[in-house]
Amino acid sequence: MSLHSTPDSASHSSSNLLESVPLEVDSLVKRFGPVTAVDDVSLQLRGGECLGLLGPNGAGKSTLIRGIVGRVIPDAGRVAVFGSPAGSLEARAALGWVPQELALYPRLTCRENLAAFGRYHGLSGGKLKESVAWCLDWAALADRAGDTAKNLSGGMKRRLNMAAGIIHRPRVVLMDEPTVGVDPQSRNRIFEMIEALRAEGAALIYTTHYMEEAERLCDRVAIIDHGRIIAQGAHEELVRGAFASRSQVLARLAGPPAELDAWVERHAGRLVDGAAEFTIERSTLIAGLLDDAARSGLELVDVTIRRPNLESVFLHLTGRELRD
Amino acid sequence: MIISVIRTALIGLRRDRAALALSFILPISFFTIFAVIFGGQKNSTPKVSVILVDEDRSPASADLVRGLEREDSLVIQTRPSSKGKTAAQVPEYTATTAEAAVKAGDAPVALIIPKGFGANPISFGENSSAPAIQLLNDSSDQIAPQMVAGLLQKVGMTALGPAMAEEGMKYTQKYLGQFTPEQRQRVESSLDWLRKHEKESVDSGGFSGSGGPIAVQSRAVVGQDKRSPMISFYAAAVGVMFLLFTASASAGALLDEAESGTLDRVLSSRVTMTTLLAGKLAYNTLLAFVQLTVMFLWGWAVFHLDLFTHIPGFVVMGLCTAFAVAAFGMFLASICRTRAQLGALSTLLILTMSAIGGSMFPRFLMPEAMQKAGLFTINAWAIDGFTKVFWRDLPVKDLWPQVGVLLAIGIVLFVVARRIARRWEFA
Repeated sequence: MSLHSTPDSASHSSSNLLESVPLEVDSLVKRFGPVTAVDDVSLQLRGGECLGLLGPNGAGKSTLIRGIVGRVIPDAGRVAVFGSPAGSLEARAALGWVPQELALYPRLTCRENLAAFGRYHGLSGGKLKESVAWCLDWAALADRAGDTAKNLSGGMKRRLNMAAGIIHRPRVVLMDEPTVGVDPQSRNRIFEMIEALRAEGAALIYTTHYMEEAERLCDRVAIIDHGRIIAQGAHEELVRGAFASRSQVLARLAGPPAELDAWVERHAGRLVDGAAEFTIERSTLIAGLLDDAARSGLELVDVTIRRPNLESVFLHLTGRELRD
Repeated sequence: MIISVIRTALIGLRRDRAALALSFILPISFFTIFAVIFGGQKNSTPKVSVILVDEDRSPASADLVRGLEREDSLVIQTRPSSKGKTAAQVPEYTATTAEAAVKAGDAPVALIIPKGFGANPISFGENSSAPAIQLLNDSSDQIAPQMVAGLLQKVGMTALGPAMAEEGMKYTQKYLGQFTPEQRQRVESSLDWLRKHEKESVDSGGFSGSGGPIAVQSRAVVGQDKRSPMISFYAAAVGVMFLLFTASASAGALLDEAESGTLDRVLSSRVTMTTLLAGKLAYNTLLAFVQLTVMFLWGWAVFHLDLFTHIPGFVVMGLCTAFAVAAFGMFLASICRTRAQLGALSTLLILTMSAIGGSMFPRFLMPEAMQKAGLFTINAWAIDGFTKVFWRDLPVKDLWPQVGVLLAIGIVLFVVARRIARRWEFA
């Protein structure tokens, strides 16, 4: 099933073309018993691009990433990294993987961890030293290079985990929820690292269930649910595809709960954290909405009009929230 | 409240299968092993192998040989094991080959019935013209020679009836009647000789067998010049047991790495599972060898273990033992899912192996079946090898059975571990 498995003359030119594509996933399927974790997924990552994989926990993001790395054997489909099949030596050299887990040696220092993973990727001598120094700078850990991994803060461990994944300076980087469990300050630091990596020319796949991260970092987003990619495209394209020119209204009102529920239902809205949310075709329709609230004895506290976001797209497509 | 605490603890215990196994299976296993070894089960009494050389070939010596062969607790060998040849094709032991066999550890005791024994088999006192039976022993086994010497006297009393009567007449003629000054002097002289002989035997590392009707001259042919006779045995026995524990704990790092995701990350690099396991095997082998070296150096510094005159043998046995032990650790780690499982299984297996393999008490004390079972353990082969080196002073070439078995164990366990480790390679 590998892209190199049929090197006949007819496919030669297309093969050359595929070799220039950093990553291509074609109809990938992975089942664990009765559960289909990845269901006929196809995607392509272009040079220098950051593709976001957005989906709730258990959607199949990590399994898809592990399939790309070659750590799970697919039941069907193929993965090619610059034309080489997943798991091949060429693919391993071109791929950098930052797993969701803190896959580090806790008793080794930051420098020793990076050197160990560098050696596993075949680096040695001056090249290894140079790469370790670059990664320590990139992860802002140069001043903690001699500290053991287990003594670092959560955010620092995350950054070291990322650095260990790119120690061999891969051209394609797979980041599996790298901001899980970190505070906002460390998260910003991680965003800066990713932006620096992109500036170096790396192509990225970034999995997350945080819509804000996907919007900030990714050129394109693939929304994944129950193992299937249900929508794929640039942020604006996805929103336009799902909502056209419609807007969303968020209103907070005080009044009898029964009246509030009835009002929300009349206008096909929903209650999210105590606020009423509606999708309207035109912003001028908001006046009628609020008039009806006043007539129902509800008092307006505040109101916001906004363009739908990726979370709205996900809700629109699946009927569920991203963080369900 | 107390009941709530008990209930919570019980639920925890029930869910922790490893702890459950340790709580119940381990004590039962050990009780069974010790009961089999020391519980005096029928038909499992430990037997002592004795090499017997009859140089006399007289009716009296033949009676003695038959009497010894009838003893249930002795296994009499008059010729080396035939190994495929018929018994007639294998020459009988001589005094020289019997001594070499005791030195090589084939048997803990050899009895040499000298020429002329039949002419005067019963002996009292220094004036006896009876040549003494030679009892050659390996002083690492303190029990077997005492047992054989005692049985020899018993057989002398029961199997040599005619000889006893004849000899009795001689002694009656010699000693009955009024004690003349000359008779009294002879008795005193005999007693002096007995006392002197007793002391000489003890000083020479043997023991006196002349207290009975059969004169026995005992001589330790192995270990007579050792300053600390059992130190090398305990260094090897205890060393191997703890090496097994360290190796399994160290191999458990594989489980930690699998759990933390580090293993996945390593396997996504250029490192393959075979390379990774081989690297870990090499590391664990070196670690075990260094541990053994430190232990033997301690034995040398504190207990005068003669390490530096046995360096080649120590290195060969140390590396082979370390290799087998490291592979055992890798095998255990590969079949376990969690650290807790590994802890429980390794404790159970290592203590059992150590008990039947001779790390807790010498195997020659065990019933024959248990001694044979011990051959399935790393402990037994390692201890035998180190005993050959430090106790019997045998050259490296004589270690081939132990080296062969330990290397084979190591290779087989590593290959099995590699196959089982496929579960970590891909999902």
